[in-house]
Amino acid sequence: MPLTQDTPRLDVDGLLADPSTRIIVCCGAGGVGKTTTAAALGLRSAEVHGRRTVVLTIDPARRLAQSMGLSELDNTPRQVKGIDVASGGELHAMMLDMKRTFDEVVQQHTTPQRAAEIFANPFYQAMSSTFAGTQEYMAMEKLGQLRATDEWDLIVVDTPPSRSALDFLDAPARLSRFLDGRMLRMLLAPSRAGKSMFSLVTASFGLFSRAVQKILGAQLLTDLSGFVAALDSMFGGFRHRADETYRILQDPQTSFLLVAAPERDAVREAAYFAERLVAERMPLAGLVLNRMHDSAAGSLSAEESEVAADALTAAGDQAITADALRVHAALVRQTEREARVARDFTDAFPAVASVAVTAQPADVHDVDGLRTIGALLAG
Amino acid sequence: MGEHVNSRWPARLHVVTGKGGTGKTTVAAALALGLAASGRHTLLVEVEGRQGIAQLFEVEPLPYKELRIAQVPGGGDVRALAVDPEEALLEYLDMFYHLGAAGRALRKVGAIDFATTIAPGLRDVLLTGKVKEATTRSQDGRRIYDAVVLDAPPTGRIGRFLNVTAETAKLAKMGPIKTQSDGVASLLRSPITSVHVVTLLEEMPVQETLDAIAELQALNISVGRIIVNNARPALLTAGKVTKAELKRGLAEAGLPTDAATVNGLATEAKAYLTRRDLEESLRAELAEAGRPVVELPLLPAGIDRAGLDELAALLMQA
Repeated sequence: MPLTQDTPRLDVDGLLADPSTRIIVCCGAGGVGKTTTAAALGLRSAEVHGRRTVVLTIDPARRLAQSMGLSELDNTPRQVKGIDVASGGELHAMMLDMKRTFDEVVQQHTTPQRAAEIFANPFYQAMSSTFAGTQEYMAMEKLGQLRATDEWDLIVVDTPPSRSALDFLDAPARLSRFLDGRMLRMLLAPSRAGKSMFSLVTASFGLFSRAVQKILGAQLLTDLSGFVAALDSMFGGFRHRADETYRILQDPQTSFLLVAAPERDAVREAAYFAERLVAERMPLAGLVLNRMHDSAAGSLSAEESEVAADALTAAGDQAITADALRVHAALVRQTEREARVARDFTDAFPAVASVAVTAQPADVHDVDGLRTIGALLAG
Repeated sequence: MGEHVNSRWPARLHVVTGKGGTGKTTVAAALALGLAASGRHTLLVEVEGRQGIAQLFEVEPLPYKELRIAQVPGGGDVRALAVDPEEALLEYLDMFYHLGAAGRALRKVGAIDFATTIAPGLRDVLLTGKVKEATTRSQDGRRIYDAVVLDAPPTGRIGRFLNVTAETAKLAKMGPIKTQSDGVASLLRSPITSVHVVTLLEEMPVQETLDAIAELQALNISVGRIIVNNARPALLTAGKVTKAELKRGLAEAGLPTDAATVNGLATEAKAYLTRRDLEESLRAELAEAGRPVVELPLLPAGIDRAGLDELAALLMQA
């Protein structure tokens, strides 16, 4: 169903069926059902539209991953069994292994000996597994690789569970800025960093590097310096690839879908993201609002139901109907609350197409459940 | 010390975690308000730069300063602090190395940002170090804060965040940072600290809650309570609902008894019961963790100051 009567409805089937749609990026705050949405879109693309589809997931719930036959982090797409392939489509899925993807990038850009040095360095180990933004960057890297093979009709990407949805766009730039090395080199060798232009800067860098040495110890600086030396040859490559993936995202073959749940924070995040996508000229297809509720007995208002329930209870009779009316009243209030939250978004972005997906009584963790969500998405 | 310890919530540093979207900021704020009853002083801290506290209390974004955001009847109050890792590093450098203007120059060229991002462990040491400092700060032999409540990173990152020594030990094997992280690590493993996990009665948050509890226990960090947020009252406890019965009941209440209304209510009741069965099995899973469980109701009007006070009172009774 559409989110509100006066905003355009997102045409999910149109998007999935269009051969020029090659990448769909699902983004939004954590815990809004991004992975489920991505998996449901992938399944529908394969079953209904006969497309060879791959779903790249980042951190799926265990049972959802199992439903697609994924049992561990794995950098190779695996075909999902047990789906309807009468239309000629295929569904493949993979779970991103961040560290392994990073290792592969290193291997690709340097000699085996250098790679071994890099892998042994404690800074590389810390950065490849915990650096803020590595997961986002590696998701982009993997997306770039999948796109480059040109063997997929459609790639559906589930973005990492970032603190903020915007991290997905910013992290690669942050990482490539970091790897650019200027800062690293200035830190390690302040005298070579252009004394004449930045005398204050270099002076404080000397101080900083002395302070760092005092605080962290000389071993750390040696490790850092080894890390920089080893990565030196790869800086250009990293930056180039991050820029290239960013361009793929701006391509009209890519569609961004904002995913949110009807909660103030999630919708606020979606609104920030929408602004950002517009500013970056990235193709925003629409908003998916998950877990919306809908009343089946719309003619009874919350208030009259509550009054009647209390009257029945006071009369000491019809306890079941009284409770059924309370269930109804709570549901109506919830739908009203959700509609208010949704309106915060549609008021700000009246032209953005949207679709509301009704909450399921139980969590989705099998192909049938994904099929149901896919049908709800398509309306 | 310890004259103001609340017997139901004995720790002095309360770390509140939970999966994103479970309402951990709300619960942390309610806990800080509750613990500020009877003239006590509490500090509510956030460390992720989300300005969640400011949004919740509808105030301007918080600076890196302890500001009073709420007064509590009885003379108590809640102060709030948004810890910024860059500011914490500058403060730290200044305290030990008297950097002054040079520190500001470093910030200008992005060196501070660089230093706090290159070593994620360092960043967490600075954040938790600031929390430790506030928790243990005293003046004239009296603690400044009776309790500190930390709106911590979500369940997926909480173990790594609190286990600062392991992270930094990989990078800094000696020196002040090492000393600092050792001090933080021992505070976090002492009875002063308790980690509470906020969840919803939904599959993913419950799974993450159980995973986080196991992870924290393996790290010897004490787990306090499981807080179930947005719990709904138990209705239709007799189970099955028949349409005939609904029809009689509606008639008695003087409401329409047309098929659409009766069928609609029956459908809603059935969905409610399915959901409740699932919630019951999730409650049972949570009970197996062996930690006390507190349930907070969904507030239909949304979360404002009155709602926070209501949740605070419930937490203090639990």
